[in-house]
Amino acid sequence: MIEVQNVTRYFGRVMAVNDVSFEVAKGEILGFLGPNAAGKTTTMRVLTTYLPATKGTAKVAGFDVHDQSMEVRKRIGYLPENPPLYQEMRVRDYLDFVAKIKQVEPKNRKKAVDEALGKTGTTNVGNRVIKTLSKGYKQRVGLAQALVHNPDVLILDEPTVGLDPKQIIEVRELIKSLAGNHTIILSTHILPEVSMTCERVVIIDKGKVVAEDSPDNLTKKLSGSMRFKVVVDAPRDQVEEKLRSLPGVKKVTPANAPGNKKLSTLLVEGQGKEEIRPVLVKSIIENGWNLYELTPEGMSLEDVFLHLTTKEEEPVQ
Amino acid sequence: MRKFLAIYNREVKSYFSSPIAYIIIGLFLLITGVFYYLIVTSFVQYCMRADMQAQYYRMAPPKLNVNVMAIRNLFQNMSLFMSFFLPMITMRLYSDEKKTGTIELLMTSPITNLQSILGKFSAAVTLFLAMLAFTSVYMILLFIYGNPELGPVLTGYLGLFLLGSSYIAFGVFFSTLTDNQIIAAASTFVFILFFWAIGWVSAMVSPGLGHVLSSFSLIEHFEDFAKGVLDTKHIVYYLSFITMGLFLSFVSIESSRWRGR
Ligand SMILES: Nc1ncnc2c1ncn2[C@@H]1O[C@H](COP(=O)(O)OP(=O)(O)OP(=O)(O)O)[C@@H](O)[C@H]1O
Ligand SMILES: [Mg+2]
Repeated sequence: MIEVQNVTRYFGRVMAVNDVSFEVAKGEILGFLGPNAAGKTTTMRVLTTYLPATKGTAKVAGFDVHDQSMEVRKRIGYLPENPPLYQEMRVRDYLDFVAKIKQVEPKNRKKAVDEALGKTGTTNVGNRVIKTLSKGYKQRVGLAQALVHNPDVLILDEPTVGLDPKQIIEVRELIKSLAGNHTIILSTHILPEVSMTCERVVIIDKGKVVAEDSPDNLTKKLSGSMRFKVVVDAPRDQVEEKLRSLPGVKKVTPANAPGNKKLSTLLVEGQGKEEIRPVLVKSIIENGWNLYELTPEGMSLEDVFLHLTTKEEEPVQ
Repeated sequence: MRKFLAIYNREVKSYFSSPIAYIIIGLFLLITGVFYYLIVTSFVQYCMRADMQAQYYRMAPPKLNVNVMAIRNLFQNMSLFMSFFLPMITMRLYSDEKKTGTIELLMTSPITNLQSILGKFSAAVTLFLAMLAFTSVYMILLFIYGNPELGPVLTGYLGLFLLGSSYIAFGVFFSTLTDNQIIAAASTFVFILFFWAIGWVSAMVSPGLGHVLSSFSLIEHFEDFAKGVLDTKHIVYYLSFITMGLFLSFVSIESSRWRGR
């Protein structure tokens, strides 16, 4: 449904997007993940025909974003980083206007607007002037705007920014429910969002794609080094010092013990794939401490993200 | 067409749902009203003095032309005030969309840049026509209390309409250049003044060059309309000016996509 091929975009001498390629199948939800200034917004703007690419091509629903931009525009709903709202308009009038320029048939327009209001939980503010709405409601109206013409492809730039936790969950559910009939790309910094809503993730950093896979696979691939949570009934400093001195141990990070103050919790990371559990247990017993817990800790997507975007010398294949 | 109308309607509604349209129309009427009053009273005084002199010398009272002496003067004043008020109408057309990011909605919707430019231009022209329509009250008063010729009044209005539309076309262009409304208005105003000033300079340089320069002057072409002369040459001039402004707006929007701002 969406094909991005070697897209590069310069702003003057700044390279915002560097040779990015990926594909999104029909009905799929793709998460677009990356730190600030990674080039997420720029890539999305190329896809929505707002910005031309300096090099490379992109196709949406089989139409080239540059040569057949009108065809592409008919098929996309786009929520930009800042919701594109006419502050002085009323919500309903605004959505009606958007429906008009998105070529919704006049006879279906009222229904389309009502549905968009319903889906985004904004029916009750339909008659309010947009500038009087709270930030979260503005964001919802922005989302309604992207949905109003029921487009095949949705491109959402940080759709849950500014929403309250309940609404975040609702919007994620909404996005999930739209998949299947719609193809969706959403960008975010919020990692749990990706693991919750997306089937596939593209991680982008400094304009380049650094990884592309399902959230689960990404986490698995990267949890190469072993990490364990250790709970011991001894002063934390002592335990930390002792464990750090053991062979094969790369890193010991103290983690707060919840509740019981006598217990210390630490995260121990081994070197490479070497098994360090026997060494840990032995050393703890020898010191006369009691071991309460020893559990493997997988790398969270958060770690994967940091790992990928801070250390370039360890690329993931 | 439907999409052009969508843009046009939204812009017209946004003009009239904010106080700006009323303030601009009000101020324009106020200032033209003041000049109307000054021009008409001085014309009346002049007539009375001429009558008295004629009686003194036992001659027939002179026929003084209200078209020439009052209406033409009023049109010229209005053409000047427009150069000040019309940039305030056009300044927000694109600048505001750039500032708030709604331009991103327009430029990712299946409407062409031409549709959006024409929609915005026509909306501003509509507001301008409303402004002109209100000033017709002044003219109607003259028709009630005097007997001016209708012809020059009509051509004068046509001239004002064409002149104002030229201002607006370039106002649209300058608003595509910046996301700052004040800068958009100021540069439109300076641009208009420049095309006026060409007329003044032309009087000072050699006749050949002066003729060329004055043929570019916005106001030189207006003179005939104010006098009641309808010449296609002038109409073509203003239509080309309008087309030029709209074309430059188009180029500016396209190129801003490449630049990315
Ligand atoms: N219009 C522009 N003019 C100049 N530089 C730009 C422009 N837009 C983006 N950039 C630059 O391109 C790079 C990528 O920006 P982009 O907005 O795509 O990042 P992003 O991944 O969306 O970041 P964020 O998470 O902060 O939204 C940045 O270095 C930015 O400064
Ligand atoms: Mg961004």
